[in-house]
Formats: sequence, C-alpha cells, structure tokens
Amino acid sequence: MLSLMLGALVNLSHPGHYLHWGFVQMSVANFVVIVLMVVVFAAALVIPFRAGRRHR
Amino acid sequence: MSAVTDAGQGAAPPSPVGPGDGVSPAPGDERMWSARLRGAAMRALPPGKLLPDRQPSYVASWVYVFGVLSLASFVVILISGVVLVLKGPSWWHLSKTGLFFNSIHLWSVELFFFFMVLHLWGKFFMAAWRGNRALTWMTGVVCFVLSIATAFTGYLSQQNFDSQWISTQAKDGINSTGAGAFFNVLNFGQMLLWHVLLLPIAVGALIGLHLLMVRHRGVVRPLPARAGRHSRSGPARAPATSQSSPGADR
Repeated sequence: MLSLMLGALVNLSHPGHYLHWGFVQMSVANFVVIVLMVVVFAAALVIPFRAGRRHR
Repeated sequence: MSAVTDAGQGAAPPSPVGPGDGVSPAPGDERMWSARLRGAAMRALPPGKLLPDRQPSYVASWVYVFGVLSLASFVVILISGVVLVLKGPSWWHLSKTGLFFNSIHLWSVELFFFFMVLHLWGKFFMAAWRGNRALTWMTGVVCFVLSIATAFTGYLSQQNFDSQWISTQAKDGINSTGAGAFFNVLNFGQMLLWHVLLLPIAVGALIGLHLLMVRHRGVVRPLPARAGRHSRSGPARAPATSQSSPGADR
C-alpha cells in the first residue's frame, strides 16, 4: 500500500520532463534538486542554531 | 562537541609530552625516523586538537553542519556499498532486501552530493582557503571531482539497461578526450573495479586528509560583517573577542 501511495506521487513510467531556456536544457528533476539546495542553504543562513551549554 | 568558546582549535591545552610518556623517544633515539615522525605528528595534531571537546562560537551555525552531513552520507554509502558487494547484482535487482539496499546506496549518494555542494557554497562564500588553508580547500575540490567519477562508474556498474545506455552514450565523449584507451566505459569489469576499489580508496583517503587539515588549521572564521570587508589588503581580522591561534585568518 505504501509503495503504491509513494509511486502515485511520482510516475516514472514515461520519459522525463525537461525545461528549455534557449540552448540550455535541464530536467525537471535536476531543477527541483537545485531549487531545494538553494532553499536549504538560505534556511541554514537564517535559522538560529541551538547552541550547546555555555560555560564562558 | 559544543560550540561555546571563542578559542580556535590552536588554543587547545598543550599535550603532556615528556620523558616516560610513551611518546618522547628514549635518550639516544631522538634522530631515528620513527621518533622524528612521531614528534612531527604530535606537534601538528596533538590529541586535544585532533579531537577537541569544544568548537569556536562562530561554528554555531547551520552552515557549518553541511560538512559533517556529507561525511555521514559517505559512511552510509560505504556501508551500503559493502553490503551490495557481498551480495551481488542478482540480489540487488531481484530481492526486496536487495532493492532496499540498492536504494539506500543511491539515495545516500544523492544526499552526499546534495550536502557536499552546500558545503562547497558555504566555504566558497566565506573564502575558506584563508589562513594557509589552501591544501584543505584543494583536497575538497579534488575529492568532489573524484566523487563525480565514482558516481559515474557506479551508474556503469548497475548491470541494467540504464548502465548500458549511459556507457554507450559516454564512450564517444570519453574517447574524444583520449582517455578511452585506458578507461573503457564499455568494459564492465574495469568500471566495477574502479567503482568498488580504486575510487573509494582515493575518495576516502582525501576525505581523511581533508579532515586532518581541518583539525590542523582549525575551522575557518566567517568573514567580518563590515569593517575591512572591502579592504584591498585582504580579509579583516577576527573579532576582538576571539583569541589568536594557528587557525587565524591570515
């Protein structure tokens, strides 16, 4: 059941989707990963880090 | 480890080295190569510096976490890869457990590159090669390139239509560089051995050297927010609250 649910999210039984900007071509999967990396990097810069015990 | 002090790695207390401590050579043995090598290693990386209990306060940021996340991913890659080596292609293609470990191996590689790129961005924008850290930076760069080669040979070692497609598409590009004479992507045995032996050893050794260099030079300080940022004389010095150490920026 779980595999069916997860499989329904992303249907891989067809050719991949691609984005085109002129001569630049990128798969949607790669584009999503790059966007995720930018989001995580920005979040790492702004989210406060919970520091450990402070002795000094 | 906690991020609570402003002291750099170089501020760790000196290691107790002296006669009879098991580290210092016996009288008359000072010039032996083993004694000199041991002494050099102890001076470069005393135990308190190799495995410190505390980190500088500026390490308390999520940006500094991506390096260790890359390392954690690498450990999972190694463990899952060893399991795949032990069981073989029919197991990782046909059994449910094999498919699970195959997926673990793939997704740990995805996370390895994900976090390594974020680690690269973070270190690039803080100019992490400052303070005699050029070797640290370059070992990271070479490790990144070798990791790409390792992932590529991994795709070629899958033993499925995907690997056939990738190898036949890649052969012309590899051949055009002249490397095809000794790096034949259509030779499965050669690619498999590159993937499971040579490249993991190289990547692992570089990661080890990278970590030792990080411990030796200390974690690089962030760039100052304002003062001296646009100075032509180079990056500004660390905040006044920080102690000077071998891990300083210049």
